[in-house]
Amino acid sequence: MNVWIAIGVTVLGCYAVKLAGLLVPAGALERPVVKRLAALLPVALLAALTAQQTFADGQTLVLDARAAGLGAAAVALMLRAPFLLVVAAAVLVTAGVRAMGA
Amino acid sequence: MRDALGVGVAVGLSGFAFGVTSAGSGLTLLQTCALSLLVFTGASQFALVGALAAGGGPFTAAAGAFFLGVRNAFYGLRLSQLLALPRAVRPFAAQWVIDETAAVALAQPTRRSARIGFLVTGLSLYVLWNLTTLLGALGAEALGDTDAWGLDAAGPAVFLALLAPMLKTGTERVVAGLAVLLGLGLLPLLPAGVPVLLAALAAPVVLWADGRRKGQGDQG
Repeated sequence: MNVWIAIGVTVLGCYAVKLAGLLVPAGALERPVVKRLAALLPVALLAALTAQQTFADGQTLVLDARAAGLGAAAVALMLRAPFLLVVAAAVLVTAGVRAMGA
Repeated sequence: MRDALGVGVAVGLSGFAFGVTSAGSGLTLLQTCALSLLVFTGASQFALVGALAAGGGPFTAAAGAFFLGVRNAFYGLRLSQLLALPRAVRPFAAQWVIDETAAVALAQPTRRSARIGFLVTGLSLYVLWNLTTLLGALGAEALGDTDAWGLDAAGPAVFLALLAPMLKTGTERVVAGLAVLLGLGLLPLLPAGVPVLLAALAAPVVLWADGRRKGQGDQG
């Protein structure tokens, strides 16, 4: 049930912000501070989410095969690999390290 | 055209990864597909299932997904001027206001081609995203233990790939660094889902510090 509540709230919230952008008069959100904040908010969220989903096991921090996978993704990104290769590198390296028993 | 194909392949793969991740997080097939059909903004969906898998409450999990979706409002603002859609059409067009459709439409030279670009990208990605989500969710059941395949690394890799092009200046890097520290540092201390929301505060904090520094620089 909790999952459906979470889904319902997310559906409504995400649709509302999409629609709001199309409906509010231009200029309402055009203040520079608001624009800067809107650009930086995803940076903060994505960085925190990346770190947590790599190093968290429940509420404890761990260093496991996922870290190696994410390292591979980072290298792929620095080499300007396409999105597909970045995700594939992370998945393959994580699976590889696990298979070796790490 | 090659760009469109590249976008399509990337979206298709992340749709598949989302289906697998969501199923691995314990969501049913119906719940997974409902998210892709009704939310249709990838980062928010990954964040939601990740937070639920970590044991987060429904409202904290949804809040993280919501804040990630806020950027779509700013795409909408720019698109509404560019596309000049009739009021009656806007509630339907809204669902397709995402990173990729905004990128394609805003790159077009005329209103006509922007409208076509928005429509074609929106429709094809909507179909592709939902189809690959379904395949991923079905595939996850066939794969069994998704962790053994390393698929739990797909979510963070997707986030990193979205994040990397945003790290243009020092400000973005400081925000990202601070958010990582907050997100990991608070993780053992607070209920699941809450640390991510507090880590988002890195954005206003750094913005405020930046503004102050510039203000002082102007005076001196």
